[in-house]
Amino acid sequence: MLESMPHYVFLFALICLFIAMVLVLIRLYNGPTLYDRVLSTNSFGTHTVLFIGILGFLSGRPDFLDIALLYALINFVGTIAILKFFRYRAIGDALEQREAEK
Amino acid sequence: MSTLHLIFDIIAWLFIVFGGIFAIIGALGSLRFPDFWSRLHAASVTDSGGVVLLLIGMGMHSGWNLVTFKLFLIGAFLFITGPTSTHAVANAALVSGLKPPRQLRADLERDDD
Repeated sequence: MLESMPHYVFLFALICLFIAMVLVLIRLYNGPTLYDRVLSTNSFGTHTVLFIGILGFLSGRPDFLDIALLYALINFVGTIAILKFFRYRAIGDALEQREAEK
Repeated sequence: MSTLHLIFDIIAWLFIVFGGIFAIIGALGSLRFPDFWSRLHAASVTDSGGVVLLLIGMGMHSGWNLVTFKLFLIGAFLFITGPTSTHAVANAALVSGLKPPRQLRADLERDDD
């Protein structure tokens, strides 16, 4: 019983994270504004990082944490890029574009 | 297995279980709350409580090795980028003209006086 306890604990956390990801996806699907969707995307990425970590521990291979770390980095950069695109309608040359408009 | 190890493991399991519960509470709040600003508040429950509890639980379960260091890196990174991206989303929403609800604005203006 006690030896198989970590398995059940990690399985419980995995199921909790899965349900949370489904709920966040529902909010992502019918969020009324753009910012609800960006917030849900960011939150979904955080849940995914935890999900990958827990999955690595559950399958006995914690090497998955490298992938989780990479996912956290890409998630942050992606959120900022989406916000910048929808504010300036450009990702790379926003400053030049704004000065050209003036 | 000595008693001390058992207590340590039980604390780690409690951290992981409560981390999962916090994650589901945050997601439920961000699904059910009425407007964007309160959803912002609910999503930060996962960013603070869920991440910290789950990572500490996993770190206590793995012991002192390279895995703990990677978990610490993930935790430190999420601790910096989570509030930053939440602030960026809130700032973009405010700049684009999404106003807080009327009752909250009335309270804020009354506090200013």
